[in-house]
Amino acid sequence: MELFDLALIWAFIIGFGIIMYVLMDGFDLGVGILFPFAPSEDDRDVMMNSVAPVWDGNETWLVLGGAGLLAAFPMVYSIFLPALYIGVFLLLAGLIFRGVAFEFRFKANTSRYLWNWAFAGGSTVAAFAQGVVVGAYIQGFETANGVYVGGALDWLTPFTVLTGLGLLAGYALLGSTWLILKTEGRLQEWAYRITTPLLIAVLVVFAIISAWTPFVDEMVSERWFSNLSVIWILPVLTLLCALQIWRSVRNRSEGMPFVATMGLFITTYLGLIVSRWPYVVPPEYTLWDAASAYESQLFLLLGLLFVIPIVLAYTAWTYWVFRGKVRAGEGYH
Amino acid sequence: MELDPLILSRIQFAFVVSFHAIFPVFTIGLASYIAVLEGLAFKTRNPVWITLSAFWTKVFAVVFGMGVVSGIVMSFQFGTNWSNFSQASANFLGPILSYEVITAFFLEAAFLGVLLFGRNKVPPGVHLFAAIMVAAGTFISSFWILSANSWMQTPAGTELRDGIFHVTSWSEAIFNPSFPYRFLHMAMASFLTGGFVVAGVSAWYLLKGREVEANRKALSMCLWLLLFIAPAQLVIGDFHGLNTMEHQPAKVAAMEGNWETSSNVPLLLFAIPDQENQTNHWELGIPSMASMILTHEWDGIVPGLNEVAIEDQPPVGIVFWSFRIMVGMGILMILFALTGLFLRPKGKLYETRWFLQGMRFMSISPFIAVLTGWFVTEVGRAPWLVYGIMRHSESVTPSLTGGMALFTLIGYVVVYALVFASGVYYLMRVLYVGLENDDEDETDSAERPARPISAAHVPFEYDNHGRIEPADNGGQ
Repeated sequence: MELFDLALIWAFIIGFGIIMYVLMDGFDLGVGILFPFAPSEDDRDVMMNSVAPVWDGNETWLVLGGAGLLAAFPMVYSIFLPALYIGVFLLLAGLIFRGVAFEFRFKANTSRYLWNWAFAGGSTVAAFAQGVVVGAYIQGFETANGVYVGGALDWLTPFTVLTGLGLLAGYALLGSTWLILKTEGRLQEWAYRITTPLLIAVLVVFAIISAWTPFVDEMVSERWFSNLSVIWILPVLTLLCALQIWRSVRNRSEGMPFVATMGLFITTYLGLIVSRWPYVVPPEYTLWDAASAYESQLFLLLGLLFVIPIVLAYTAWTYWVFRGKVRAGEGYH
Repeated sequence: MELDPLILSRIQFAFVVSFHAIFPVFTIGLASYIAVLEGLAFKTRNPVWITLSAFWTKVFAVVFGMGVVSGIVMSFQFGTNWSNFSQASANFLGPILSYEVITAFFLEAAFLGVLLFGRNKVPPGVHLFAAIMVAAGTFISSFWILSANSWMQTPAGTELRDGIFHVTSWSEAIFNPSFPYRFLHMAMASFLTGGFVVAGVSAWYLLKGREVEANRKALSMCLWLLLFIAPAQLVIGDFHGLNTMEHQPAKVAAMEGNWETSSNVPLLLFAIPDQENQTNHWELGIPSMASMILTHEWDGIVPGLNEVAIEDQPPVGIVFWSFRIMVGMGILMILFALTGLFLRPKGKLYETRWFLQGMRFMSISPFIAVLTGWFVTEVGRAPWLVYGIMRHSESVTPSLTGGMALFTLIGYVVVYALVFASGVYYLMRVLYVGLENDDEDETDSAERPARPISAAHVPFEYDNHGRIEPADNGGQ
């Protein structure tokens, strides 16, 4: 028999990759969502510059996620993507427009407003689509013999629209706390001002989703309500993070709001995982059902163990090089 | 008419992959050219090499950026439209495609930034090393992609159990029978693309009398390269064809428009293949020549389409004509390379206007050749997705409806048209601004490897008088 439970190892790797992506692309998508509401065009320059050095590296996690999922859990890949067909298209189109806008806005003069819209629109659509994916996952998929057999728009329900809005608000919150960390003066003041309303919006949507989820699926409600278990610590931690955001904004702390928002995301994410564990294609298939062959998982794992530390070191180094405040007139433009 | 999700998915994949392919095929060749220029600059210290390298690095940055953006879609196409195929082949293709991402990302992360922005920040030797590593990275990337594609053409090292491919030998699967030929053919195609584009742009600058010394050097070195690799590509292509005849005879039969297995098969220069009646109209050919090329004997036996059932035949017309266009482009390339050699004495090369004009137009020829070449090999595999084992019709996503497929097809066409228009437009701006404006020293801290296009300091629009001005790096 096999020496290690590779499927479990891969579940951790992919799970880690997803939260890395959500946290890192989350704040730069959030900056895009907040873009049209910024006080002035100069502030928009600063906003874009604050994420310019890192956003592209962040999205590489998404490409790696797509390929990694195909390699390690092909069933997830070949059920999620058909089930979310239209949503995936919107996600990719959003990311493409946003990426191109990033590059060309800095070169543009008279056509700049167009790139502004491409950046904001692309970010908003991409964030919403990602939230819908989360909702669709909670909802579960209609399958037969490991193949998706549901309809084209099964993913679009009131519940998934709500999760879409929830992630939109969540990313906006990540964006605003990122701006608190990275900017100063009027823009930072604006970011402080919008953070509390965004936090309230996030909490309201999260509360509705949490109350709704048990009705969407019986298994989830059983897990949370059948007996009071240790997992209730997660929502408690989420609320503590929310409290911390609120307090640190009041105290005009610069770093803490962002850190606490990341905490809020991580605890919510863990809560989502324990709701469904070990099902990766609810309601039928567990991560072991969805795994690829042992030798395939092993073959890729060997390469990945070598490369991931280098990628992480490089990512950390990039953030280190571009640490500190972003000021108007610096960077591009 | 009922919308067929299978046909629409095939059109969509062909569109997305064709659109994507034109960028990497150029950057692979260009990366090697930049590495050569950097090597020459390092060795001779002649600033002309640095001028050339700095300019072509800018072009590289823009094209590379376009390739990355269009490439994101590719890693999701398999799942959205070909989920049965993804599920069945994931044990092999999943790790291979993932290796492409992690090896390409590793090299990109480490070295592209140094190449684009590091000329004044690192020692010249390190900069040269970065250029070489970027070039190596593009080849490593194409290694994995072509291995995956070749496996679909000539599957090996795997066995099918319960509808799922399992890898029995990684080395046999990765180095499957058609892989070495396809990899060499494609690598050579990338060199030809880089060579003809650089030569064409240099010829255009020479016609306008701009930066004459540097552009003469660029044109000359490209023509030397093309003189050897254009004919070499013909030879490699011939070997690739023999390999195809061994493993995929129906494809070769379609390329030759040969319906009946027979000896003394003519090389058709023109024909209208008629699949319905299994024959050609308006045939014009050189007697026994196809037999000679494919078997190296005048009376050699060439397989015909009658060897496979009609429903297992590829669409002959597309394969037949794509092949002719590709070969036609190849012959034109050889002729231009030879003409360059004859014009070389007494420096007529740089003054013969019709030749320079011709080279200018030839810069699109490699793209046409590459796309038609891919049509030959991909359409020629039909109706199989994994040759001889898995059909297109078995591979398509079962839940996909015609309406959904049409929606995303139109969507991708619109998105790519906008992106392509902006990208090509901006590339043209970079070319107009040209070599003269080298503002390498003004790089600033927001420029990063992950933002390749930022390496090109050229404003997006013309200035408001409609004139072409050198880039104003200060922005507004």
